Amino acid sequence: MTATGTRARTRGGVGESAARPDGGLKVRGEFAFSSDLWMEGMLWGATLRSPHAHARVEAIRTEAALAVPGVFAVLTHEDVPGVNAYGLEHRDQPVLAHDRVRYQGEPVALVAADHPETARRAAALVEVDYAELPPVTDARAAVRGECEPLHAGGNTVRHVRIRRGDPTASAPVVVTGEYEVGMQDQAFLGPESGLAVPAADGGVDLYVATQWLHVDRSQVAYALGLDEELVRITLAGVGGAFGAREDLSMQVHACLLALRTGRAVKMVYSREESFFGHVHRHPAWMRYEHGADETGRLVYVRAEIVLDGGAYASSTPAVVANAATLGAGPYAVPNVAIDCHGAYTNNPPCGAMRGFGAVQAAFGYESQMDRLAEAVGVDPAEIRVLNGLTQGDHVATGQEVDSAAPVAELVRRVRDMPLPPPTGTDLRSLPGGVANTTHGEGVRRGVGYGVGIKNICFSEGFDDYSTARVTVQVVGDAPVASVHTAAVEVGQGVVTLQEQIARTELGIARVRVETADTRVGSAGSTSASRQSYVTGGAVQAACREVAAELVSRASIASGADPATLSLDADHVVDLSGRRVASVVDLLGGEEVVERTVEWRHRPTTTLDPETGQGSAHVQFAFAAHRAVVDVDVELGLVKVVALDCAQDVGRALNPGAVLGQVHGGSAQGLGLAVMEEIQVVDGLVRNPSFTDYLIPTVLDMPPMQVDVLELADPHAPYGLRGVGEPPTISSTPAIVAAIRAATGLPLARVPVRPEHLTGT
Amino acid sequence: MDLVQPATWAEALTARAERPDLLPIAGGTDVMVDINFDRRRPEGLLDLTRVPETATWSVDDGVLRIGAGVTYAQVESDLADLAPGLAMASRTVGSPQIRNRGTVAGNLGSASPAGDAHPPLLAVGATVEVESVRGIRQVAADDFFVGVKRNALEPDELIRSVLVPVTGAPQQFAKIGTRNAMVIAVASFAVSLHPADRRVGTGIGSAAPTPRRAPQAEEQLAGALDWDGRGPLDPSAVRRFGELVADAADPIDDVRGSAAYRRHALAVLAARTATWAWDQHRTEVAS
Ligand SMILES: Cc1cc2nc3c(=O)[nH]c(=O)nc-3n(C[C@H](O)[C@H](O)[C@H](O)COP(=O)(O)OP(=O)(O)OC[C@H]3O[C@@H](n4cnc5c(N)ncnc54)[C@H](O)[C@@H]3O)c2cc1C
Repeated sequence: MTATGTRARTRGGVGESAARPDGGLKVRGEFAFSSDLWMEGMLWGATLRSPHAHARVEAIRTEAALAVPGVFAVLTHEDVPGVNAYGLEHRDQPVLAHDRVRYQGEPVALVAADHPETARRAAALVEVDYAELPPVTDARAAVRGECEPLHAGGNTVRHVRIRRGDPTASAPVVVTGEYEVGMQDQAFLGPESGLAVPAADGGVDLYVATQWLHVDRSQVAYALGLDEELVRITLAGVGGAFGAREDLSMQVHACLLALRTGRAVKMVYSREESFFGHVHRHPAWMRYEHGADETGRLVYVRAEIVLDGGAYASSTPAVVANAATLGAGPYAVPNVAIDCHGAYTNNPPCGAMRGFGAVQAAFGYESQMDRLAEAVGVDPAEIRVLNGLTQGDHVATGQEVDSAAPVAELVRRVRDMPLPPPTGTDLRSLPGGVANTTHGEGVRRGVGYGVGIKNICFSEGFDDYSTARVTVQVVGDAPVASVHTAAVEVGQGVVTLQEQIARTELGIARVRVETADTRVGSAGSTSASRQSYVTGGAVQAACREVAAELVSRASIASGADPATLSLDADHVVDLSGRRVASVVDLLGGEEVVERTVEWRHRPTTTLDPETGQGSAHVQFAFAAHRAVVDVDVELGLVKVVALDCAQDVGRALNPGAVLGQVHGGSAQGLGLAVMEEIQVVDGLVRNPSFTDYLIPTVLDMPPMQVDVLELADPHAPYGLRGVGEPPTISSTPAIVAAIRAATGLPLARVPVRPEHLTGT
Repeated sequence: MDLVQPATWAEALTARAERPDLLPIAGGTDVMVDINFDRRRPEGLLDLTRVPETATWSVDDGVLRIGAGVTYAQVESDLADLAPGLAMASRTVGSPQIRNRGTVAGNLGSASPAGDAHPPLLAVGATVEVESVRGIRQVAADDFFVGVKRNALEPDELIRSVLVPVTGAPQQFAKIGTRNAMVIAVASFAVSLHPADRRVGTGIGSAAPTPRRAPQAEEQLAGALDWDGRGPLDPSAVRRFGELVADAADPIDDVRGSAAYRRHALAVLAARTATWAWDQHRTEVAS
């Protein structure tokens, strides 16, 4: 496939920082999010949740709740008409708890009322008799089979085993370490919300903020006992996702209430409820052993990784596969032995979050690379340059890296960027900020590096496709292209990107992107950094079919060879740019040219169950960070002074959006490094609020130097490489490495807390 | 929910006496959070933001009177010289949005152990002036905090103003948070020098059930300072001051930090802030 090149005249195409249609609205507070949905006469739904991490449900009594004036329905598991189960990979999660609750916050009953507060108050009146059970909270004990099984089949959700080369290889230099990653939250700002409207045909129309409309639909239909055609889902304004909207939250609940009451039902989680309403990033325990020769060249990597999946499977199987297959990092390693386990426990369910297993592993392997650098006496940047993957190398699964893998180059680039000025005196530049904790006392500077690897698109043989319907018609004397996909815009810019692709491929300036819904085929998930690749590919392909039709008509009319014709500025033009025909004339008034394309990336294979070998991934993406921190070593407070990044994006389809992803991803990695953690004790969440679950502010996140490389991947549309996740992966280990450099402490756990730095 | 909006202070006091079920609201930055989180559902609100008398500050006879309606933003911009400790603390509160609405009186109304205004008010020896239809009372800041999130107000009383002695001497405030802005204190500390009567004031936040002073530390430092010669602070005396401040605290382990860290951090903050204040005093007196 060849890139088409940027066209001269149709502005706002691929490669430009085209403006986003939602940008101004969001900045002005005028964008309609799913929580803003409204319909005359609608009811409000509320959810009663388990206060216990593990308990038997012995009885549920709804009479008191039903008696509250204004209440229209109170539903329990008995009211689920289809199968009371959902889940992304295993349908192991009840829509409403039946005989057992397995995590704090598990939904038990639903209420619909004419006022949200009435619904909440009534939900609190539902009486549930629980018999508390001891919670399983230790993921490592759970996968060792030492705990009571929480699901049929035991407490291991998945075990992935990677064996490459000689699993018993030895080396002169060996470094080992144990590492832990705390439970991070996606911390999106728009709480779970949506509106379900019962339809005359017995079906339901659901307007919701989600990440994958069609997988929501199949799960909703399954639980409701309806044909999929009777469940129609339309995307509502999404206030951030980061993986947290891949699993269902209120989708089935709102539909159940709507179908039962015959009224539209809106549900909006409160901020606190939201912490219980979505999955989080898997906490991880990791043990790594790296062997290398005296120069630091890697001989082997051995690792054991345990991910705590919490009470239900969610996407744990795929997260386990990522942590395992990417567990040796962006390095060429001849001998690899990795075992990664995902556990069932009674902790909050964990699933998708930006970086998806690669984040946890990177904290382990990058910490190890620094230890190795120290052991052989080379610079941390150098050890990465020495071992970095390049095109033609093989990763731990034996898969060949068959497009650019500029790991060494990325590291060199961040290493060679200008360093920030020395520690200043302005309080805002010091650890602690204007809270005035230091005027320079105790402040030490450190520099650290991190590199990461991420698979782009869905792996392991998954049939990963997207559907695009593109039409061209004349509206008001000018051609208008419209693009319809089910690709979910979560703020990353896929709507803009579809416009850009249509402009570039069709040479038509006026492009309308239809609201994403289930009237068109699946676009797959907005996750795995895949929408530009897969929906971008689908829109490109559909546009090219439409363009071919228009060119063919022009060719017939003009006698010109179609191979010499293309579209630009609302016309078919020849090689010299001369206009051969206008699109308006070719369409002749009423006519609509429409093409629908289902587009797939190249297939992947499954992993061999014994060795984990296989070409399971579509594309690899890499980013490197250099972090500079100032640490107040007496108080344990950290100021990240610089967090610079180099990333290869294949081709920057929208350079502004690419930078946005790099900034945001880096900030999310910073959060994991120094502050973000859902604290869970005995299965109970202790900080379900933004008062105590802290995310970085503008004073925590430094301005960044970003170097974007565009080394085209010949297998991908326009040569692009997925952008969204890699910067989240490498920023965390870079920051922790910098804190280690400043303090001399080993720091084996993120987030790093002041207690870790002060030994208190 | 009822909303009562008195137009004068007298009306506010009457409303407070007649409707004790109404929750006073100033900036609303605590009240609205409680209502939104469903922690509190009062019968109604008594909106104090339309009362003109309490929206201002003034200085009279060496005492700064800060009206209950004065926001953190005003304290930060207008009172940095008159009440430096309180101004420094105000600068650390929340975000600009919160500082534009939130008031010192509201902080005292909530009486959270983590309220940032409290340590500097304790350190400087401020007085809370409270009033009801029955009359005015003056409560020393030291006597104002009576329990976790409980203050000395009677049900019919409102905070009218805060009286802060203008000392003209250095004050410092420092606050630990695990984020560089917009964070509730894990521990905080304020120190105030009173050279005229050779006294030192202290205030500890977020490290005991209530904000509190560290009286032994105050005495120790006052005794160790070279008030006459203005000589440098003896390092061992500063360290001792830090230890005594840490000893005065009674912290707990919670999601924001461990008790051991809080004690440790207080010792460090106390030593640093005392040093800054004393160094500032020495250079100011010298110049
Ligand atoms: C995002 C955010 C960040 C925050 N950050 C901080 C922080 O960093 N540090 C900090 O200390 N606080 C912080 N707070 C809490 C809050 O802003 C402060 O406690 C503030 O001082 C409250 O003032 P207010 O005027 O908004 O009070 P309100 O919310 O209006 O009232 C608070 C309490 O005081 C009572 N009250 C108010 N005025 C009077 C009066 N005249 N007489 C008697 N009672 C009265 C009210 O009835 C209520 O009980 C934060 C809050 C938010 C939402």
